[in-house]
Amino acid sequence: MRFVFKRFTFRVFLYVAALLIAVWVLAPYAWLIISSISTKIDLLNVPLKWIPSRPTLENYRSLFADGQSALSQGMSFFSRSMLNSIIVTFSSMGICMFFGVFTAYAVARLTFPGRKFYLMMLMGSYMMPPIAIVIPGYIILKSLHLLDSRIGLALVNITFILPLVVWIMRGFFLSIPLELEEAARIDGSSRLGALLRIILPLSVPGLVSAGVFCFIASWNEYFYAFLYTSMRARTLPVLIGEFTTKVGTDYLKMAAAGVVASAPPVLLALIFQRFLVRGLTEGAVKG
Amino acid sequence: MAIRLFNPLTMDEPRKLGITLVMPSLIIVFGFLLFPFLYSFVLSLMNYDLARPRGNGFIGLGNYIHLTQDMYFLNSVVVTLVFSFCSVILEIILGVAIALVMNQDFKGRGILRALIIIPWALPSIVNASMWSWILNANYGALNALLSQLGILHGYRPWIADPSWAMVLIILTNVWKETPFTVIMVLAALQGIPTHLREAAVMDGAGAVRRFIHVVLPMIAQIVMICALLQVIWSLLHTFELVYVITRGGPFNSTDIIPMRIYWQTFKGLRFGYGAAMAYLAAIALLIPAVFYIRSAYKTTVE
Repeated sequence: MRFVFKRFTFRVFLYVAALLIAVWVLAPYAWLIISSISTKIDLLNVPLKWIPSRPTLENYRSLFADGQSALSQGMSFFSRSMLNSIIVTFSSMGICMFFGVFTAYAVARLTFPGRKFYLMMLMGSYMMPPIAIVIPGYIILKSLHLLDSRIGLALVNITFILPLVVWIMRGFFLSIPLELEEAARIDGSSRLGALLRIILPLSVPGLVSAGVFCFIASWNEYFYAFLYTSMRARTLPVLIGEFTTKVGTDYLKMAAAGVVASAPPVLLALIFQRFLVRGLTEGAVKG
Repeated sequence: MAIRLFNPLTMDEPRKLGITLVMPSLIIVFGFLLFPFLYSFVLSLMNYDLARPRGNGFIGLGNYIHLTQDMYFLNSVVVTLVFSFCSVILEIILGVAIALVMNQDFKGRGILRALIIIPWALPSIVNASMWSWILNANYGALNALLSQLGILHGYRPWIADPSWAMVLIILTNVWKETPFTVIMVLAALQGIPTHLREAAVMDGAGAVRRFIHVVLPMIAQIVMICALLQVIWSLLHTFELVYVITRGGPFNSTDIIPMRIYWQTFKGLRFGYGAAMAYLAAIALLIPAVFYIRSAYKTTVE
């Protein structure tokens, strides 16, 4: 009897804890989403109404409609930033995936002088705080006339994404049995031939994982974009920051823009969770 | 012949192929990281003032000597250490506790495991803006919730209060960063063979003793890696959270080092002085970084 009672209290405790965790994780983000479909009248009401009396998509509409000017080439500032984000993210992602896969293969499978040193360098660069290189970076970009340009920002993003790709892909390559590669080589395939024909098809989960990591890291990046871009090349995170820090704080626009900007990384993370968790644990990286 | 030598598709000698494949990313790492890092050191030895370029030039350790007497900088060092230490302690304790709960068997566990990744995936600027809105003194959800529950009488300007500002910055950081620890620890917990736990139950070990003697040793390494990563990230990678919510205030109570460097460099235009600050901070970061590299290298190689 005592055992049954103990078991019961444990179950109750477990569900209460699970409920608290769920509320803690979801409530702030849920409030952002609710705010984004509310009107100013509802949100500025005291006492606050938690459920909007008249849900509206006006905040989203105004993001795409307001602020067209020659500077943003006829698009709204928001659309322009979104386009910048997409271009910067996919170009840095493409470059990093291409070079990263070959580098990861080399450090996972080949012995060459300086391999260990190179791995250490790579990890060091992965942890290099942006603040340590942001000042010379600014001067360098300025002298190359790459400030406030998508190319400049994409190049900068490579510095923290490439180490991530190499580290994750290396973990996946190490987990593929060496015998498979050797069998292909006995059949007359070159090392790179074996990589492209045998190893890569087996590493699709790794490629997906690294790709999603790249996307999230680049899409979410704020600090470099904040310092290196302005009207022309600013990305979505920079624009969102401006909604809350510039004069005339507009929380409604911020909420709508925040929901739009966070939708791709959040959805990707939910869809590819399995791959991401494997990437995090195998690479011992933070993403 | 020459083409054969440099064609990676047919090249089979591991040394040459290895170096060829690594070369592009080696150039990127050196060019984009090591070069700026060294350049940063050179800058830190210079007076490089964009607003008053007349006095620019080499001044040796002048910036560093100035730093030791800069009360704002010393304040930032203390603020950063407090922020980082409190954040990491909370993230680890909460992270392990949540992972232990989520490792149990209950209805909805799969959904909860999926949802926990949301704060991790959220852009940090959205996290910062979202909390800034929730903590807003006049219309924020926190004030509304607390006063509707009867805990608080009248709205409070949380961010204007130096001690609350720090606490709230830490808590918002913990909200965003804890899921990473949960995910890592949960993966480690699932790697514990069930027969170990069963054997401990057979031996009559209670839940607490089971945790200390069976579970803890199995997750210790991953917890260590998480803690080191969180230390590294909270020390110098945090910026937008403070920039958006408190801007370093009130009275510099949340003025973490990256904020201070930002003010000095991009608002005060003293690039040399800012570089000295950044350089000193980055060198200090090497201590946890070396520990991390060693333990991460060990876990992923072995």
